[in-house]
Amino acid sequence: MQPKSGTKGRRIAIAIPYVWLAVFFLAPFLIVLKISLSEPAVSIPPYLPLFEWTVGADNEERALSFFATAANFATLFADGLYANALVSSLKIAAIATIVALIIGFPMAYAIARAPDRFRHILLFLVILPFWTSFLIRVYAWIGILKTEGFLNLALRGVGVIDSPLTILYTDVAVYIGIVYTYLPFMILPIYAVLVRMDQSMIEAAIDLGCRPIRAFWLITVPLARPGIIAGCLLVFIPAVGEFVIPDLLGGSETLMIGHTLWVEFFNNRDWPLASAVALVLLVLLLAPMVYLRRYQLRTWSFEKP
Amino acid sequence: MTARSSGTIILAATLGFAFLYLPIALLVLYSFNASRLVTVWGGFSTKWYAAMLENQSLLDAAWVTIRVGAVSATVALVLGTMAALALVRYGRFRGRGLFVGMVSAPLVMPEVITGLSLLLLFVALEWARGYWTIVIAHITFSMAYVAVVVQARLISFDTAIEEAAQDLGAPPLRAFFEITLPLIAPAMIAGWLLAFTLSLDDLVIASFTTGPGATTLPMKIYSSVRLGVTPEINAVCTVLIGAVTMGVIIASLSIKRETYPDRRRPGMVS
Repeated sequence: MQPKSGTKGRRIAIAIPYVWLAVFFLAPFLIVLKISLSEPAVSIPPYLPLFEWTVGADNEERALSFFATAANFATLFADGLYANALVSSLKIAAIATIVALIIGFPMAYAIARAPDRFRHILLFLVILPFWTSFLIRVYAWIGILKTEGFLNLALRGVGVIDSPLTILYTDVAVYIGIVYTYLPFMILPIYAVLVRMDQSMIEAAIDLGCRPIRAFWLITVPLARPGIIAGCLLVFIPAVGEFVIPDLLGGSETLMIGHTLWVEFFNNRDWPLASAVALVLLVLLLAPMVYLRRYQLRTWSFEKP
Repeated sequence: MTARSSGTIILAATLGFAFLYLPIALLVLYSFNASRLVTVWGGFSTKWYAAMLENQSLLDAAWVTIRVGAVSATVALVLGTMAALALVRYGRFRGRGLFVGMVSAPLVMPEVITGLSLLLLFVALEWARGYWTIVIAHITFSMAYVAVVVQARLISFDTAIEEAAQDLGAPPLRAFFEITLPLIAPAMIAGWLLAFTLSLDDLVIASFTTGPGATTLPMKIYSSVRLGVTPEINAVCTVLIGAVTMGVIIASLSIKRETYPDRRRPGMVS
């Protein structure tokens, strides 16, 4: 449908968000690229210009000088810290995604198969924490996981352990934090495909002598695949660049690239290096992001409250 | 489904929901703890709420956060709705592919990248950083969420009503305000609330784009948390959780009245 006489309104409705995103979303990446090629300096802002008009002695001759350097990227790959942080981020995000899938799938399944009157309440209960502050939900785990926290109190009360477990400020706490905060992102897309699934297919399979568990693997799982993929990507992509969780729950050995970028920027004030880290992270996540696009319209439309 | 396997599923789901809610429940409960020790129950008390209300810097931060949230959500609502209309209704136009990418990318972009890139833009433009730069940053990422929510709603309803209005002589603008807008209003309300809560919640992007004098509540909470868990912060968190929960319940009830449950589109209701 195209309104015949509404071309002016149409042009405005396209142009305004287009220009906004071009200025505040696209242009910043070009600046990140520019600064990642600049040399760091002790100045404000803390980097040297990439281009400079050099003015000759007679004030006439001008030349454009170009000071690009690949040194920041060289540092990035030569220094083991950054490579380790990248690998470790991918590993942590991947493991957390698998754990979230293992916890999230049965929940999505149970909600999709629940009677109608419960289904909406259960779905609401999944969406609610997603609205509640991310920072607060991460913070809540500090009180649970610390040495004299609730988990250790409970485990000692039951008599499972004698000495408190050290969980807070380790990678385990980071896994718990990621799984906990991103679980709704896993459940919702899987739920969206499961709820549309025709239950009679399973019944037909079982009537034909298929065992329920086999029917589950042969019918439910393949049909739920788009939801599983979308859910995994929605957990994995943001988890790789996560800052708050490793910062509050992780220890000094927990290496995650989002945290490294933050430290590089705020503590070391090395803007060019931070920009280089951001670009490498972006390139790394580009493939999963594009892949997610294919599933996005099918799944995101179900996530709205 | 056999009785045994559905029992397993129900058990797994129950444990899952306990996992989702127990941490929040403990936090809320211990905000009423009289003891300063966060894990030792010392009797019921509301003193941390009183302490919170006397903490001027906390209240200032809350006020900044509410202002940033309201302004950025409102602008994001307008821009996001335009973007959704452009994508769903306005067919092909030059640069559509780039537009689609720019609208959807902020949804999955790691916050550290968005924050850093916007800060570098503001530095390059030599803009004074503070309240307005946070607002611009929040508009940019939350308009993408509004666009997704409104887009879903636009796809789901019949364009024939709009066409009928125009065929009957309604100018496009009038047809839009009298037909389209009321139809997408529930999605717009949801989009605004989503944008507002995302803004309320953001620590990373605000930390990058802020300047002197503009401290938001998440930044305040974060710096206190780094110093240690305190019942006062639990009280602040409880108030925030309560406010957001109320808002979401009211919004979903008001939206539910207008949209009917449809098994094929489950997400439309709750």
